[in-house]
Amino acid sequence: MSDPVVRPIAPKAHGDHPPFLYGDYRSTVLRAPQKDLVRIVQTLSETTGPGPAWSEVSAEDADLTTNAGTGGMALGPRIIVTGSVLDQNGEPVPGTLVEIWQANAAGRYAHWSDSESSAPLDPNFLGMGQTVTDAQGVYRFTTIRPGPYPWRNHPNAWRPSHIHFSLMGPALGSRLVTQMYFEGDPMLGLDPIFNAVPSHSRGRMIAAYDHDVTEENWATGHRWDIVIRGRMATPTDPEVG
Amino acid sequence: MASRGETPSQTVGPYFSIGLSGPDENVLVADEVQGERIRVRGRVLDGEGAPVGDALIEVWQANSLGRYRHPDDSRDDIALDEGFTGFGRAATIFETGQYLIDTIRPGPVPDPEGELQAPHLCLIVQARGLLNPLFTRLYFPDEAEANNHDLVLRMVPPERRSTLIASQEDGDPRVYRFDIRLSGEGEIVFFDV
Repeated sequence: MSDPVVRPIAPKAHGDHPPFLYGDYRSTVLRAPQKDLVRIVQTLSETTGPGPAWSEVSAEDADLTTNAGTGGMALGPRIIVTGSVLDQNGEPVPGTLVEIWQANAAGRYAHWSDSESSAPLDPNFLGMGQTVTDAQGVYRFTTIRPGPYPWRNHPNAWRPSHIHFSLMGPALGSRLVTQMYFEGDPMLGLDPIFNAVPSHSRGRMIAAYDHDVTEENWATGHRWDIVIRGRMATPTDPEVG
Repeated sequence: MASRGETPSQTVGPYFSIGLSGPDENVLVADEVQGERIRVRGRVLDGEGAPVGDALIEVWQANSLGRYRHPDDSRDDIALDEGFTGFGRAATIFETGQYLIDTIRPGPVPDPEGELQAPHLCLIVQARGLLNPLFTRLYFPDEAEANNHDLVLRMVPPERRSTLIASQEDGDPRVYRFDIRLSGEGEIVFFDV
């Protein structure tokens, strides 16, 4: 039996990510681990991951304005969100699953626990989408711009418009769940979830309006690249006989 | 190629099941899959021991022969199972924080030094209030000898290793209990992978 080559991925750039404990986001207080993470070597369990085997999607799910399957179209400003998935070396990551979920244009999620919301549901909008990046690492969704919505974190608290993104990537440690925000939103600076990210990297969560993506008489365009952990530039061969 | 900074992590929030959790994704096995059927169940708990009813647990594991369905696991002499990806998702129940995963006992996989690791499940835990994913492993209580030699477990301070070892439920040897205490007393070990 030959041992497989273990190709480590780049270590997580912890300084670019939020801490576990961020007091202004109250839900972190009882859920953040208090002990330090234990650093381990990457074994085959960590240098592999579910991404390559978990990439079956239907083409309909790249269009959230119609994938409820009702024959009707979701209400709200129609938008196209597209960009590249890249690794830390700037290399595109093809074939990776991208899953998204979001509130409707009124700021309500189609989820049972959002039932206190005074905003209406949209029968033509599920708020979920899936796609797989193409050979150039590009993803593309058509959806509607989600509304901001109130939450109970602090008095008069509102989440700015955002879309949740989940990526599998090539290895276990590539796993990324993040949120995409919109350029110019005045509510960003008031949001503790956005602000939990160090100031130097917050801008990486903001999609830019892109007139080249905008389609005439159809939808406005927004460009957002996503960077996940990929293989180290120079793989280290294990010393095995 | 220019180097690029990582996109920052954000919480999955309370509504992730809209996008991330389909029905039956906590069942990894189909009839034709080889291996010993096991059930893993437990609760996700916060720093006060209260149930976390909006957590997502993702599992990644080798098949019963110890091979991963992934291009980097190129050991063609070990068969893959049709219908077994090795990936699953379980959301906790809102009222109780309980989760349940039906799968097969994974075979051992090699470590970078060429030794075999103890059988284990890789788990990723996410929830509202977690701004980053938490990585951990579940080991089996009936593999004491293999656990003692496991490269990753040996990197864990000895007094905390037991937090990564499931317990056997009385009466049924194929059911393992694994509680995931996120914070405070009994906090389990999470890894920087």
